[in-house]
Amino acid sequence: MNPVTRIHSRSAVLADDNIDTDRIIPARFLTTTTRAGLGRHCFHDWRYLADGSDNPAFALNQSQARGCSILVTGRNFGCGSSREHAPWALLDYGIAAVISSEIADIFRNNALNNGLLAIVVSAAEQRWLLAHPGIELVIDVAGQYIALPDGGRIGFELEPFARHCLLHGVDAFGYLLQQQAAIAAWEAGHGVAA
Amino acid sequence: MSARTLFDKIWDAHVVSAETTATPATLYIDLHLVHEVTSPQAFAELAARGLRVRQPARTLATLDHSTPTLPAGADGNRAYVSAQAQAQVAELERNAAQHGVALHGWDSAERGIVHVIGPELGATQPGMTIVCGDSHTSTHGAFGALAFGIGTTEVGHVLATQCLLQRRPRTLAVQVEGELAPGVAAKDLILHIIGVLGVDGGTGHVIEYRGSTIRALSMEQRMTVCNMSIEAGARAGLIAPDDTTFAWLKGRPHAPQGAAWDAAVARWRELASDAGARYDRELHIDARAVRPTVTWGTHPGTAIALDAPVPAPRDALERRALDYMQVRAGQPLRGSKVDVVFVGSCTNGRLSDLREVAQVLRGRRIASGVRMLIVPGSESVRRAAEAEGLDRVFTAAGAQWRLPGCSMCIAMNGDMAAPGELVVTTSNRNFEGRQGKGVRSVLASPATAAASALAGELADPRDYLDPRREQAA
Repeated sequence: MNPVTRIHSRSAVLADDNIDTDRIIPARFLTTTTRAGLGRHCFHDWRYLADGSDNPAFALNQSQARGCSILVTGRNFGCGSSREHAPWALLDYGIAAVISSEIADIFRNNALNNGLLAIVVSAAEQRWLLAHPGIELVIDVAGQYIALPDGGRIGFELEPFARHCLLHGVDAFGYLLQQQAAIAAWEAGHGVAA
Repeated sequence: MSARTLFDKIWDAHVVSAETTATPATLYIDLHLVHEVTSPQAFAELAARGLRVRQPARTLATLDHSTPTLPAGADGNRAYVSAQAQAQVAELERNAAQHGVALHGWDSAERGIVHVIGPELGATQPGMTIVCGDSHTSTHGAFGALAFGIGTTEVGHVLATQCLLQRRPRTLAVQVEGELAPGVAAKDLILHIIGVLGVDGGTGHVIEYRGSTIRALSMEQRMTVCNMSIEAGARAGLIAPDDTTFAWLKGRPHAPQGAAWDAAVARWRELASDAGARYDRELHIDARAVRPTVTWGTHPGTAIALDAPVPAPRDALERRALDYMQVRAGQPLRGSKVDVVFVGSCTNGRLSDLREVAQVLRGRRIASGVRMLIVPGSESVRRAAEAEGLDRVFTAAGAQWRLPGCSMCIAMNGDMAAPGELVVTTSNRNFEGRQGKGVRSVLASPATAAASALAGELADPRDYLDPRREQAA
């Protein structure tokens, strides 16, 4: 993974609460055996009309949202299934960070495991961000804050291990593999055949 | 040692290295369930890193999501929805063979939905940690196992190390007291609980379902309850193992035998939460207040009693949900026209669910214009149902009896409804487009689904179950 230290983008907004993983990528696109190329299915049934053309009513299809890599969303983003295809699709679509007042547990883990920043802010801060689409934001991962155009900052919590992985461009796999001896010792102590 | 909850005991027993400020806990996983949709990229990651599956004997695979539910043709070909779906199944067959992982594939008499076969085989046992790349892994919590869904990256972690990095979640006790009324199912109870808790009310928590109502539930009913924990945002739902659990597990293929069984039961009896154990939150539910329950909107938190008026929308999102579902605020859902009825899924695809459906359908015909799919949760469920003649009850009523799989719950195998159709479904999610683009899904119990198929509109199963009415008719 590449390090994720700073994201600078205008914000795009999807204000709905409870945007579930079926809306992020419908299940019929999950028959793939790779991670690649899922961006074209991202928000598929919301984004395209029946004839396959762009739905002009979908917020991310509007000109001011094009090219934005920071997505501000309603509460409980990513609820529903555990499909990692959801963060894969968002990343491939061009989203690098999702900001909400609440992000579903499995989605948040999956996002961070792929270098997609999943940031939780207070409900008041989220409402303010939702009400100001298209503003320039800078997310500083090391400093754990979102810099606003007026010089203000919104701080956020980030699980320290995920933060470490993002900043250094490493994944959890290496850390787990370093623990082979401890795992073998645990297995030996619990009667698990190696 | 201070009083501990069931969750605390299972968690503590599986810590390989403890959580610190800088790092999550490394948690040992006893059982890893695998299916074709969320595993191919994980096996590819192992191959790229030159790694093997650490514990093939603790890994159990099945085919369920992408598999057709119609039988193979005379030429032996199965009606896959696409070549890609077929290739995905073939990929798991290859990966399982290469890594020595047991796969319940097409030739297995035990193939079925991953959360149905784990318990059936007795692979799911109290006190275990169980994961799967599937959010409904919470089902296995019915046995007092800490079981939760993970992503594909984490599937790779578990395949290679049998461990997972986890921060300790918070605990939520859902205390349920009182007897469920006749005709009210475990599905109605859990929909009611989700309605109270909200679609995100359990986020960050592991739920323990407790109380006299829960203790009185059968294992199948407990599985239905725990299955839907994730629909309130909780990754896991737990129920303390008891004699009901042990009686259900005894003699199953993967369950301990003989003296090992007695030792296991003695150990499992220690798992229940200690008196005075503290939870981060508690919620009290009166089971006597639960009526047949359905959903009016586009997430499972929109649960209301079948005969209660749909609430007035509180915001633009709820107005949009009403619009999508084509239901009117102020009117009950009962009486809404039904196009399709789906019975099945890891929520309600077990034998007891099919019996409840048969009890309603027996000797009757579904309404003309209604399409009804009944999909057993596993080959084992299919055999048992056919041995009892349930399949003949279903087909005589005009329903389709299919092969086991996830089918129309996730609608990725081609079993789906058409845009605008209303589906009464015994599955777990009513999200927009879940059962096909533009499809309107209403979650319900098996009995409510069956009654609605007969009536051609959302109907109360008690109208078909009351013996006095039967005699009058």
